[in-house]
Formats: sequence, structure tokens, C-alpha cells
Amino acid sequence: MIYAITIYGEAGLFESLPKERQDEVMAGHGALQEALRKRGEFVSIKLMPPTSAVMLEPAPAADQPPLIVDGPYAETKESFLGFYAAEFDNLDDALAHAKMISSPVARLEVRPVAWAGGTISSE
Amino acid sequence: MSDWLTATFTQQRPQALAALTRYFRDIDVAEDAFAEACLKALKVWPQAGAPRDPLAWLLTTARNAGLDTLRKSQRHHAILARHSAEFQTMTEATPDPDELRDDVLRLLFICCHPELERRDQIAIALRIVAGLSVAEIARGFLIKPKAMEQRITRAKKKIGSGSVAFETPSPQERGARLGEVSLMVYLMFNEGWSASGGETQIKLTVCEEAIRLARLLANLFPAMGEQVALLSLLLFQHSRRDARMDANGRLVALDDQDRSQWDMSQIAEATALLQKAQRINHRGVYIIQAAIAAVHARARTAEDTDWSMIAAHYAALYALQPSPVVRLNQIAAQAKIEGPAYALAALEPLADELAQYRWFHAMRGGLLQDTGNHPAAITAFETALSLGPTAPERIAVEEKIALSKKESPDL
Repeated sequence: MIYAITIYGEAGLFESLPKERQDEVMAGHGALQEALRKRGEFVSIKLMPPTSAVMLEPAPAADQPPLIVDGPYAETKESFLGFYAAEFDNLDDALAHAKMISSPVARLEVRPVAWAGGTISSE
Repeated sequence: MSDWLTATFTQQRPQALAALTRYFRDIDVAEDAFAEACLKALKVWPQAGAPRDPLAWLLTTARNAGLDTLRKSQRHHAILARHSAEFQTMTEATPDPDELRDDVLRLLFICCHPELERRDQIAIALRIVAGLSVAEIARGFLIKPKAMEQRITRAKKKIGSGSVAFETPSPQERGARLGEVSLMVYLMFNEGWSASGGETQIKLTVCEEAIRLARLLANLFPAMGEQVALLSLLLFQHSRRDARMDANGRLVALDDQDRSQWDMSQIAEATALLQKAQRINHRGVYIIQAAIAAVHARARTAEDTDWSMIAAHYAALYALQPSPVVRLNQIAAQAKIEGPAYALAALEPLADELAQYRWFHAMRGGLLQDTGNHPAAITAFETALSLGPTAPERIAVEEKIALSKKESPDL
């Protein structure tokens, strides 16, 4: 089963941390990526800060295109920061891997992925 | 644990202080109330867990703390009586996003008090909005903490007596505030960027705070192309921070920088922001400067730089901002296409206006050097040295003089 480990938190909080704390968080990600690489294919996505986002709102009427909004408006609560997706043996296995990147700046959600397709290369 | 909490406080500070300043109509009361809320959070959060909406938590706690202080203090009875209607509306824990963005804008605008020198505006914004300590700001400005303390105290007195309206601003007023505040953030970045010498790391803090404020503005006003472009511009510049100084603290010219040291993830974000700003279809000074920075960022080597594109962008910038310095930069780009003789002729009309501008003489010296006129080049470089260059600039110019002297040994 493919599970997604989805990361929520406050955008910009990580950047406000002292270097040593940032390194601690990144060490967790490094370890998880290493473990996933050994097992096979995986993706990891870090979203850029919300300021770079543009939103498409549903079309206001059937004969009109969707609305492109330059938002999102400032969110004071946590936001979607990024995710991992990989094949895991079962929920316990996925949770064990998610634990590797648990930190006070992130709330993690582990959820099975029902559909996946396509390939992407970062280079 | 406290590092995580401190980061959260830093992150929430501008919004929280901005809202609290509207509540209390007094920056000192707002600062004290916020400090008290943070102290309480340090006690409560590690046990109860951090709240999902830390801003709402901090605001509620700070509001109560501030009201307690006001009730106990004779001096503040007047504030309490005067703004009783305001305090009635404070029961809402989560601030209205529209109100919050006007609050943040107002707080930054208060720092831009017209009677303050620009550097004092920047210092006070770093103190109040960003929450840097006086010692940190003093290091950033390369002055003694004691002197900075006095400047900030004086500046605070001035802004305290200011009369910025607390009502919701009109669209025109909002636009004017946004323009003024954005310029201050832009100059804050330049302050950190241009003056950084041997103490690069310290000065970079000022750059990072400017980026944080630019990000906050772009967040609060996502449909304003100019604010999105400002953030893009600052990120493009900052992406070169590691390459612009060598191991000995010497400035490295853009053409000579090791481009593998440029921060690619920052360039990617800056590029995305520039595209977003261009989609908003706004013409302004920051978007053109960001577009220029993007041309440099796209070039894999200095030789790959599309100088005709850069010259065209500077021409557009000159149309909006007809200053001799912009023209100087346009000529610098043209020099790469048309050669040094053309550029020297183009510089002539600027000689009077830019007589006191060290970059004019440094650039002119470089062009003269390129044409082989070493005696004149040395004279121009020496003029640049007499106009107060920073330490790394001095080293760079002195090296050029040495080069010209080597080329014509009889001088």
C-alpha cells in the first residue's frame, strides 16, 4: 500500500529556528530519505512558501473559466508544507517511518494513497 | 524546547504587536503585553502543547495582560476610558484577516515617521516589529550599543507623539502606506547588504529581517504585484550572499562570482514570485529590478548574461524613475554590448550630477582601464577612494589601481 506522510506546520517557522535546530530537523529528513531510497521508489515534495502560490477558485458560472486569485490570504494557522509518498508494508511501517521526521514544527498525517501515477525527476 | 517557542514568538510578533497596538493605542503597552504573553506561553505550552493557532492564543493572553496593567496604572486610565469601545470589540480571539493586514501596515507605517531619518526608521522597525535586541541592531549598523539605545529611545519618543489614524484606511491611504513601508523594507535590505564588510554574518541578519518583512507584506497583500515583486527582488539578491564575498572578506564582482554558490532554491522561489507578479501585470520599480536580477540568475556563466535584455529593463526603469544612478546602471549594461568607448561617452553627461558618487568614478575607472588609458583610470579610481568606500570596496578599487600601475610601469 502506498502511504503519504503529509506535513503541516506554520510556514516560516523552520526558517526562524537557530541553525542547530534546523540541522536536527534536516537530519530526520535525511535519515528518512536514506531509508526510503534503500527500499525503492519514493517522492518527497517541499512546498515553497505560501506567498508564491496562486489559487484557482471554481468557475462562478458554467460558461465561465475558473477564477485565478492571487491569494491565498495570510493564514495565521498551520499550512500544508510538503509530503512524502512511498510503498509501505502496512500502517505500522508507515508510522515508524513518519516518526523519523517528527518535530515540534510539524504535525504529520499518515494516509493511504488510492491512486498514484506519473513520474517526475528533480534534475 | 524553548528554541521552538522562541521561533514561534518571532514569527507571530509583527502581527501580534500590530493588533495589540491598535487595541491599546500605545506601542509600549503592546510590547509589554506581548512579552508577558510569551512568558506565559513558555510556562503553559510545554505542558499543554502548543495551540493550533498560536497567534490567537498570544493575542488573547496579551490582551488580558495588557488590560490588567492598564487597570492598575493611573497613567493609563485615560487610555482605557478613551478607547472603551475598542476594548469591547476585543473579545474576538481570531483577528479578522483584513483588519490584521491594516494593523501590520499601520505599525510599520508608524515606524516610517517622516521626522525620523531613514536609518532610524529602519532601526526602530527592527526593534519594534522584528523584535531584534538593541545590541543586535547596533551590530548590524556597526555602532556602539549605547549609541543605538539612545537613537532608538529618541526615535520611540517621536513616533509615540505621532498621529497615525487608527481607523481603517481608505484605499488611497492604504496604497500610500504600502508604498512608504515597502521602500523602508527595500532600504533595510540595502542597509544590510551594501555596508556589510568584515562582519558579513551580522549584517546578513538585517537582510534576513528585511526579507521576513517583505514576505509578511506579500502574504498580507497577495494581489499587490509590487509587494510580491519586492520579495522576489530581495530573494534574488540574497541568493548571491555566499558568492559575493571571498574567504578573506573581499567583495567579488557579479561577473567573477562562483555561480555554483548561488542559492538555487532561493532563486527558484524568486523566479516563481516574479512570474506571479508579472501575471498581476503591474509595472513598478521593484518588478523591473527583480526582472533584471532574474536575467543574471538565469545566466549560467557571466558570458551568458543577456546584457541587451538588462539594458532594456534599465531603460524601462529609467522611464519610471529617471535618476542618474539608474542611467549609470543602464550604461554599465550597454558597455557590455557596445564597448567601453561608447560607455565612456555616455557617462559624460552624468559627470556633474554624480561627481560625489563613488560608484560613478569606480565604473569610469574600469572603463578607462578597458580602453588602455591607465593614467586616467588611476585618477578615477583614486577619486572613488576619496569618497568613503566601505572596507571591501576599498580593497577592490585598490586592486584595480595596482593592475593599472602594472600595465603602465612608468606611472
